[in-house]
Amino acid sequence: MSKVRVKTAKMHQSFGDRMVSLVCYIVFSICALFCLYPFYYIFINTISANDLSSRGVILFWPQGIHLKNYASALGIDGLFQAAKISVMRTIIGTAGTVSASAFLGFMFSQEKMWHRKLWYRLIVATMYFNAGIIPWFLIMKNLHLTNNFWGYILPVIVSPFHIVLTKTFVESIPKELQEAAEIDGAGIMTVFFKIMIPVIKPIMATVAIFAAVNQWNAFQDTLLLVTDTKLYPLQFVLYQYLNQASSLSALANTSSSSSLAAAAATTQTATSIRMTITVIVVLPIMMVYPFFQKYFVKGIMIGAVKG
Amino acid sequence: MFHKIDKKKWYSIKLFLFVLPFIALVLLFSYYPLYGWLYAFYDYRPPRPFSDAEFVGLKWFKSLVENPVKVAQLWQVLKNTFAMSGITLGTSWLPMFFAVFLNEIKCVPFRKFVQTVTTLPNFISWVLVYSVAFSLFNSTGMMNTLLLNLGLIKEPVLFLQSSEHVWLTQWLWLTWKNLGWAAIMYIAAISSIDDELFQAAKVDGATRMQMIRYITIPSLLPTFFVLLMMNIGNFLSNGMEQYYVFQNAFNKESIQVLDLYVYNLAMGSGSYSVSVALSMLKSVVSVILLVGANAVSKLTRGESFL
Repeated sequence: MSKVRVKTAKMHQSFGDRMVSLVCYIVFSICALFCLYPFYYIFINTISANDLSSRGVILFWPQGIHLKNYASALGIDGLFQAAKISVMRTIIGTAGTVSASAFLGFMFSQEKMWHRKLWYRLIVATMYFNAGIIPWFLIMKNLHLTNNFWGYILPVIVSPFHIVLTKTFVESIPKELQEAAEIDGAGIMTVFFKIMIPVIKPIMATVAIFAAVNQWNAFQDTLLLVTDTKLYPLQFVLYQYLNQASSLSALANTSSSSSLAAAAATTQTATSIRMTITVIVVLPIMMVYPFFQKYFVKGIMIGAVKG
Repeated sequence: MFHKIDKKKWYSIKLFLFVLPFIALVLLFSYYPLYGWLYAFYDYRPPRPFSDAEFVGLKWFKSLVENPVKVAQLWQVLKNTFAMSGITLGTSWLPMFFAVFLNEIKCVPFRKFVQTVTTLPNFISWVLVYSVAFSLFNSTGMMNTLLLNLGLIKEPVLFLQSSEHVWLTQWLWLTWKNLGWAAIMYIAAISSIDDELFQAAKVDGATRMQMIRYITIPSLLPTFFVLLMMNIGNFLSNGMEQYYVFQNAFNKESIQVLDLYVYNLAMGSGSYSVSVALSMLKSVVSVILLVGANAVSKLTRGESFL
């Protein structure tokens, strides 16, 4: 019965409505292609014969498939160390931001706190102003946080946006939950660890995803604070490779392609290294993102209601 | 009685003491840098400590408007900033339309697919965006191969080293990265529109375009307005990462926005004091813009977003 109704509704669509539909499908297919093809292009180039990829002839499907680029990526100078730094800052930084956001989001929902609003505003205000990167850099230098792993972590532990998210979530939980526990004699810390954390897990997951992506993608802090190559994360190493490659190709744009063409199919070329690192850096995001999309969306929605 | 009040007071202070370490972190990393603004009034030359620096008053601020070389540079930088922020502001309706028309797609799997795929670029860093750009547009990249094969060009074109259309291409990359994500807010807003409105319109024989025009878009305008005001507040803050990774000797003149210029001044040429002076001015103007936009929002819609 209902199927029939849907069908007649479709038949009643005017010509104009159907045209709108058609144009929408075409335009959004192109949008999707624009967002997907670049990644596909880079990926098929990393598994194709390196002499072909450096000449740029691989456009739609891989040729001369081999996985040697990924095997030899491990041997690239500093890449393993960079991966270690990236993973470490993502894990430690995320843990720090998530715990601090959960704790502060909970604490700032406690109306009994001395001058609660003042402290909360003090933190939230930092979303809307900053001293500028150079004064920040000079202060970080004074604090000896340049060329220091903790320079990646400490400044982002207290993150106003994430605190706002968590606080909004905590405030949606019935107050009776905490009151009941307090009547039973639970202190504030017991309430937080035993009662709150299990309840606010969804928002902690959202914050964790945001924080992890931010840490994984961070580039500017390395640029400003770090000169010690041992502390470079993957993003920065990739940038260096890109920078070298771009100056090379700017100097000798046509001659380079012919000389590189002589290289064997599995010899590392500037192109193959660059693209392989790109895939390695982008892969974690690609794997994580589709599964956690709903958390991202939830995050931006709560943020929008507040912001 | 007395004892009871004390206990209450002590509890409220105890709560505060728990958050105090975190407040200290905020003061250290967000407020203490404001002290760095002092550098703008001194002649600070890095190898020598700040304590040796000479107090020069407003010298650096004056140099920004008096020194002809600086004035010319700053003028170009402001032009770039205004142009790129202007293009972004002028096209800020794009995500709204993206959401509106995506909503017209009735095939749910396809809609979900488009939504997922188009939000993905938002989650990769600018370095990766540049890597993508480089892979596609360098001399042996996909674009050149394609154009050469089609016989449209004879020599590879160095797209990324071009000094032309920099504002436009930067806007395109920004849009590629942000469009899908920016649309999500509108998609959610659309799903909260009362379905009865559409049903009633259908009964009255409205076409889809009419429904979009008279129902969907009017109900999205409040969201649009808030985001527009926030964009105005961020007019001077394009951020530097995008422009930093895309900059090279050829496009430097038209890609240098205020945030990048401040960085290049300090880290490139070592003029810390001028750079701090400039970033101080920028911060102050930004806050004024933000408060101003908020005031406009309050006046016209009775709602503030701060």
